[in-house]
Amino acid sequence: MSQDTFLLDGEEIPFTRGQTIMEAARAAGKFIPHLCWHPDFTGHGSCKLCTVKANGHLNAACVTAARKDMTVENRTPELDDKRRTLLQLLFVEGNHFCPSCEKSGNCVLQATAYELDMMSPHFDHFFPDRPVDASHPEVLLDFNRCILCELCVRVSRDIDHKNIFALSGRGIAKHLVVNAESGRLADTDFSLDDKAAQVCPVGVILTKKKGFSVPIGQRRFDATSIATQVTEAAAAAQEEV
Amino acid sequence: MDAPRKLKVATTSLAGCFGCHMSLLDIDERLLDLLEIVEFDRSPLTDIKHCGHCDIGLIEGGVCNAENVHVLREFRANCKILVAVGACAVNGGLPAQRNHLQLHEILTAVYATEAGLASGVQIPNDPELPLPLNQVHPIHEVVKVDYFLPGCPPSGDAIWKFLTDLVAGCSPHLGYGLIRYD
Repeated sequence: MSQDTFLLDGEEIPFTRGQTIMEAARAAGKFIPHLCWHPDFTGHGSCKLCTVKANGHLNAACVTAARKDMTVENRTPELDDKRRTLLQLLFVEGNHFCPSCEKSGNCVLQATAYELDMMSPHFDHFFPDRPVDASHPEVLLDFNRCILCELCVRVSRDIDHKNIFALSGRGIAKHLVVNAESGRLADTDFSLDDKAAQVCPVGVILTKKKGFSVPIGQRRFDATSIATQVTEAAAAAQEEV
Repeated sequence: MDAPRKLKVATTSLAGCFGCHMSLLDIDERLLDLLEIVEFDRSPLTDIKHCGHCDIGLIEGGVCNAENVHVLREFRANCKILVAVGACAVNGGLPAQRNHLQLHEILTAVYATEAGLASGVQIPNDPELPLPLNQVHPIHEVVKVDYFLPGCPPSGDAIWKFLTDLVAGCSPHLGYGLIRYD
C-alpha cells in the first residue's frame, strides 16, 4: 500500500497516521516557521507563527493532524506577511537588543526574523521594565527577551517534574515568573542539568560564566538559515535510513 | 548624451556611535565606484552643516535629544528616500537601554551622586546643550522612514548591496547573511 500524502506548497509530503502537519513537513525537510514548537515536545499552538492554510482554513501546523490529500499553503507571501507582523509585535513588546545579547546567532526568534526578511520593528516600541534575575549561581534569567512560548514552563513541569516556571498576568501584562515564594530562581531546585535549561528559543535562560565562548559569526544560524538547516537535517536523516 | 546626474546623498549620526559611518567607509575601494554615481551633501564626510535637496538620506542612530529631532526632520523634509541605518536608528539600540530608567535619576547618578566627582559638580544646563528626551526612540517613531538597514553596524558588504540596489532603482534586498541584527 502506498503511503498517505498531502500537498504542501504544491509538493507531496508523506505522513504517518497521527503526525501533525509540522512533524510531517519537517521530516520531509520543509520549514514551517515556528517559535513555541520544539521537535522533542508536544505542540502547543500558542505562538501562531506556524499558521498554515489547510484546505482553505487557517490552522496552527504544530497541532493540526495531517490528513490524506489535504492541500496546505505554507510559505506564501500572504502567510509570511502575517508571520512577519507577529514577529514585529514580539520584538516591540520585549527588549530585544541583539548586539548585546549572548544568544545572538543562536536565537530562533532572530533566525526566523532573518528568514522572513524582517527589516524593521515597524511598530512603536514598548520598552518594558523587566528586571533580570541573577540570583542563581549557574543561570541568569533575562526576562527582557521572553516571548511567552512556555517551552520552559512545559518542560520543567512535564519532563523535569519540577514546575519551576509559570506565566502570570493577562494580556500585555502577561509575564514569566519563577515558582518560588521569593520569586527568585535561587530559591528553587533549578539546575543546569534540567531539560528546561536547554529549551529557551531566545536569550532568557543563560548559562553563567560562559558568555560568548563561541564568537559571533561562528554560531548556529550564522552560516546557514534556519530553513536550510531543516532541509539539510531531513536529507541527512534520509541518508542514514 | 550627457552623463546622468549624480545622486545626492546626505548622512548624519544622531544618537549613534559613528560605527555605521565607519562601516560605510568599510566598502573600501568601492567608495571610488560610489563617488562615480553619487555626491555627498550634508555628512560628517563633507562637514556641510545643513541638508539640501537630496535623493537619499542615511540616518545613523536613534533620537535621544531635541537636536536629533530637528536634524531628523530636516533630513525628512529634504530627502526623497530616507533610510534608517543600523540598530540604533532601527530600534533605538544601545542608547535605548536607558528607556526603563527615569531621566532625572540617570543625570543625577552621573553628574551628582557618582563616586569620585569633584565637589560642586552639577547636571550641565548650558543653553547650548540640546535637551535630552525622556526616552530614546527609533527614527520611525518620529518621521516616515522608507527603508531599514539593520546591523550593529551593518557590514560594508550589506551597505554596498543596499546602496547599489537603491541607486539601480530597485527595492534593496539583502538576502541571508547580510541581514544581521548584531
